Amino acid sequence: MTRRILNPILGIAFLAGTVSAQQVLINGAGATFPYPMYSKWFNEYHQKNPSIQINYQSQGSGAGIQQVTAGTVDFGASDGPMNDQQLQEFKDKHNGAGILHFPTVLGAAVPAYNLPGLTAPLNFTSEALAGIFLGTVKKWNDPAIANANPGVKLPAADIIVVHRSDGSGTTYCWTDYLSKVNKEWESKVGRATSVQWPVGLGGKGNEGVAGQIKQLRNSIGYIELIYAVQNKMEYGKVKNAAGDFVLADLASVTAAAGSVKDMPDDFRVSITNPPGKGAYPISTFTWLLIPQKIPDAAKKKALTDFLRWMLTTGQTQTEALDYASLPKAVVTKEEKAIAKIQ
Amino acid sequence: MRLLRRKIVNAVMLGLTALCALFAVGVLMFILGYLAVHGARSLNLNFFTKLPAPVGETGGGMANAILGSAKLLLLATAVGVPIGFLGGVFLAEFASSGFASVVRYVTDLLNGVPSIVMGIFAYTLVVLPQKHFSTLAGGLVLGIMMIPIAVRSSEEFLRGVPLALREGAMALGASKSRSIFTVVIPAAKNGIIAGIMLNIARVAGETAPLIFTAFGNQFWSPGWEQPTASLPVMIYNYAVAPYDDWHQQAWSAGFVLLMLVLSVNIITRVAFTTRGPALR
Amino acid sequence: MAATIAPTTSSARPAGPRKLLQRLRSGDDAAYVVTLAAAVTVLVITALLIFELYKNSALPRQKFGWSFLTSSAWDPVAGEFGALPFIYGTVVTSALALLIAIPLGVGAAIFLAELAPPWISGVLTFLIELLAAVPSVIIGLLGIFVMIPILTSVAPSIQAALGWSPAFSGPFYGVSLFTAGVVLSVMIIPFIISISREVILTVPNDQREAALALGATRWETTWDAVVPFAKKGIAGSIFLALARALGETMAVTMVVGNDPKIHASLMAPGYSIAAVIANQFTEATGELYLSSLIELGLVLFGLTIVINGGARLLVMSTERGEG
Repeated sequence: MTRRILNPILGIAFLAGTVSAQQVLINGAGATFPYPMYSKWFNEYHQKNPSIQINYQSQGSGAGIQQVTAGTVDFGASDGPMNDQQLQEFKDKHNGAGILHFPTVLGAAVPAYNLPGLTAPLNFTSEALAGIFLGTVKKWNDPAIANANPGVKLPAADIIVVHRSDGSGTTYCWTDYLSKVNKEWESKVGRATSVQWPVGLGGKGNEGVAGQIKQLRNSIGYIELIYAVQNKMEYGKVKNAAGDFVLADLASVTAAAGSVKDMPDDFRVSITNPPGKGAYPISTFTWLLIPQKIPDAAKKKALTDFLRWMLTTGQTQTEALDYASLPKAVVTKEEKAIAKIQ
Repeated sequence: MRLLRRKIVNAVMLGLTALCALFAVGVLMFILGYLAVHGARSLNLNFFTKLPAPVGETGGGMANAILGSAKLLLLATAVGVPIGFLGGVFLAEFASSGFASVVRYVTDLLNGVPSIVMGIFAYTLVVLPQKHFSTLAGGLVLGIMMIPIAVRSSEEFLRGVPLALREGAMALGASKSRSIFTVVIPAAKNGIIAGIMLNIARVAGETAPLIFTAFGNQFWSPGWEQPTASLPVMIYNYAVAPYDDWHQQAWSAGFVLLMLVLSVNIITRVAFTTRGPALR
Repeated sequence: MAATIAPTTSSARPAGPRKLLQRLRSGDDAAYVVTLAAAVTVLVITALLIFELYKNSALPRQKFGWSFLTSSAWDPVAGEFGALPFIYGTVVTSALALLIAIPLGVGAAIFLAELAPPWISGVLTFLIELLAAVPSVIIGLLGIFVMIPILTSVAPSIQAALGWSPAFSGPFYGVSLFTAGVVLSVMIIPFIISISREVILTVPNDQREAALALGATRWETTWDAVVPFAKKGIAGSIFLALARALGETMAVTMVVGNDPKIHASLMAPGYSIAAVIANQFTEATGELYLSSLIELGLVLFGLTIVINGGARLLVMSTERGEG
């Protein structure tokens, strides 16, 4: 009787073991922010090239860097560029061969809040945002906020701050911006994927923070632009370096990337608080991390072909999913950089 | 007078314990109901036959995750249950009390390890040396997680078998091992099976350890050496996404996972247990 | 008193070479060796685990030493790490979960095993065991969507009654140690119920019959004659439940508030060791950060050793008292 149950099970297990000969299986790990975009791209690419399977798992930017350095995945992805120490560590583990950064799409962190009764987005100056998250600006009707919003009735209520409890590229972007615009923040807290927050509740992931904000009146937190849009949350305008209050949207985010004066050759750059007019100041690239030397010829061809596809056809698909596409200049520069992969 | 008081206490305690049971069941029914309502809504044939579709495209499913979870659980059971069960037999039948205490203690320690630490452990032990993620690593870590519960519950139920049965077997001339395997274990069957079911149910829902071992896969996973999708990981990925469509799929997957475990439960009980408690 | 003491001696052993063959064929030694190997495997795996944790946490151990256990800092940027808030959160949430789950669980188990008609008992038990199958992530989501709103509406009344005590003071934001404790209790109840029920069922009938013959009510029979027999098994189920509570990751991290500070109030947010590891491991950059998280894993191990040891001593002392 047990045999009757066992045989079909073993049969299925055996069948599950067959591999098609010409399949190219590539694995990648990394940032959660671009996961929806990547999953669409890799799926599309597979439809066009059925023998190539690119499997991407969103485990976090840190995990992406860890895994690609350890060699357990073929490529990584990160919302924050690898620092020099991490680049060196990669070289040490791969006989001196380096790793390349390829920007794919743009994202932004927006200040979302729960204040019923408002008719238009609030304006936030950099001092206001830094003050709120430092805990020095405690009430909604504090002059730091009120002065930027003449005529708006702000309650005299305490501000409930919500931040990320897990490490994330969004946090890196947010704290990077605050560090650039506020000396107190830079010395007291700093920039990282995970920091010691002076005040506030921690939510897990964008959805955790968004959920908290929705449930708590008078709360404010930072979330990815896509989350805010998809969940129809109210978020405020932020004053940029040029002096305008800009609302985050696809155009203003792409403008932020476009206004960066010197794009370094390795594409590792922070684009928060850029100089351009109409640029949203809390924007960031997200990168694919591709090893410079790929021994497997089939994998190498698949990845380089994919990168070219991503820079052309791929960029046309970003808007539908609320991702901002790369500016033309960056695309051109990247296409040249693909030749570096050996 | 005293009798009346005792009768009142009797009635009250009956009521209270019934309330406890009803509360526990009530919570469960609520969860199942919630899951059914939110999950069963968008359940269709595609869910069971198609691969995941990217955002915004309907018609996707979790066929690879269902197969992946099945493979992982199969391997986990093959690894965890024999070791756990035999360990339980050792504790109940062969061990000296000092050594048994130590083993029991260590087993409880192993049980308390957070699933994510288990995942990290399996990662350093299996994935790093092999330089790739695999179904094998995932099944192994789930199997290890099953061991402590299997040991403890097997031991509990073997101990529950009365001395009379053991002595009876031995009086008939059976060697110790013979009496264990032909008399004691069958007598404890119900409890042991219940323990195994509880165990499988628990690891079926584990997410964190799989992230570092089986990794995940958008496509079918051939064999045992490639990364594989699994229901809990899919649930987690979809539940934390910004898109409502994916939230829906997460609930559906949760519901399907529950139904999967339910069926395994039913099949095993029907195949292996006797009607009613073994000894009444 | 107990009729379920495991047998201690094997049957008499014959001597000589022919008897050796007989011994081998009887399988006793083979059975002993095989089961011993299984038990030793558990020890080996645990030892390996502790070794790995120890090895990979060398950096913070060197840097912080014992102050890691007493420090409340958690600053990845400055490189300052301390375990105290996480130890506090883990202990408090697990204790709360047990406080809720043990009376409910044992009560339910008694009802299902002794007092309910068998067909009801069968169906309900089956359903309760399914609760263990609900993925941690889903329970976390339900915690957020269902438990938090319920608790938020109930909190004012709780605080009106108990707000004077520091344990219930302060504003309630939905996510808190209390919420996590309640969610955890839901997750560990099926273990207590299922195993306790099965253990109670194995108590031999003569115990019940004897008590009933002496005129005891059903409850008295159950409480005074049956349950004491099953006490060891029930304690075993509680250990299993405790272990699950200490290590539970996903569900807790979604409702505990993730605030690495120690507040006296249960209504305040907190953090647990498993939750912080889950939250930050995949994004941790830098040796010190990563290995500090691993040291937290080691600390949890130490915590489990202490709590388990303490609970065991407690059980043993009550047993000795009963004789």
